Amino acid sequence: MANPMKIRAASKDGVTEIKILMNHEMETGQRKDSSGALIPAWYINEVKVELAGKTVLTAEWGPSVSKNPYMAFKVKGGKAGDKVVCSWTDNKGEKRTDEAAVS
Amino acid sequence: MRSQHIKASLLAVATVLTVSAQAQQDSTTAGIEAYREALQDGNPADLYVDSGAEIWKKKAGPKEASLEKCDLGLGAGKVKGAYAQLPRYFKDTNKVQDLESRLLTCMEKLQGVDTAPIIKAGFNSPQKADLVALSAYVSSESKGMKVKVSMAHPKERQMYDLGRRLFYYEAGPYDFACATCHGQDGKRIRLQDLPYIPSAEGAAKGWTTWPAYRVSSGQMWSMQWRINDCFRQQRFPEPIYASDVTVAISSFMAGNSNGSVMQTPGIKR
Repeated sequence: MANPMKIRAASKDGVTEIKILMNHEMETGQRKDSSGALIPAWYINEVKVELAGKTVLTAEWGPSVSKNPYMAFKVKGGKAGDKVVCSWTDNKGEKRTDEAAVS
Repeated sequence: MRSQHIKASLLAVATVLTVSAQAQQDSTTAGIEAYREALQDGNPADLYVDSGAEIWKKKAGPKEASLEKCDLGLGAGKVKGAYAQLPRYFKDTNKVQDLESRLLTCMEKLQGVDTAPIIKAGFNSPQKADLVALSAYVSSESKGMKVKVSMAHPKERQMYDLGRRLFYYEAGPYDFACATCHGQDGKRIRLQDLPYIPSAEGAAKGWTTWPAYRVSSGQMWSMQWRINDCFRQQRFPEPIYASDVTVAISSFMAGNSNGSVMQTPGIKR
């Protein structure tokens, strides 16, 4: 099972800054292991972030995104106590959803 | 007359060149600093801190026990601030131990784990993964605290002295020592500043920022791993994991950085 993400969100003057650290190997499919065999690609390809029930960000990722990706962005609206929900799906079909409250 | 004029203008050109080279180096350094600062936020080492905290509480080994009763020097189970005071002398083992050698002792005594295969395993292997995560967790519990390494016990002083001798010890096919890279102030290799380990400030740059997450390799590195890699880069034989010699070099660094603030776990390029 995928490991949890770390989500932080803070609202100031009507703007909410959301910071998400994801836990994922993000294998490109280009690397070889010690025996020379190709390590199969394994990466997050869909990301969705909701703030107070409304989708505020969707992204389609590929193998060029780093291991343990970190994403930070600002969005208009949102207030303390609102729920931030982030979910991703990787190319193996594995999913993970985590949430946090805006401070 | 004419040649003097040329000389003077050459000198002027030379001065301009040095000034701009200096300015460029300064802006490069500032750029690296800005990059480091940007990395601080969202340090993936935090993910290892969380998994380390879980491993700490998880029952494991033949004795089905957790590490929660492990004494890291401040009493059984006390993690807060323990890392800032390591390495230190432990009565029960009659040895100066760093965090990782102490964790091995706890695994043996509390959990009944045979640590020989862990010691032998490579740093990239799954056997070492728990220790790396644990070192992230334990070190995070000393973040913001001052390094306070004791030199009161004769064995602690002995360890520090051994570390200092090792630091200057030249050997290997390249006739290298730690001091070859870290024995002068203000030097750098490629774009990395090389801390001058014998000074308080230089030692702190290394000691207070490891264990760390390395962005370039996407790996969490413990202090033992970092030290091992220094020896590998010097083309020394790699020291045995958690052996006295590795604790000694840590004692030397920790002792020199006494009073500096722990920033663990760190993040490196």
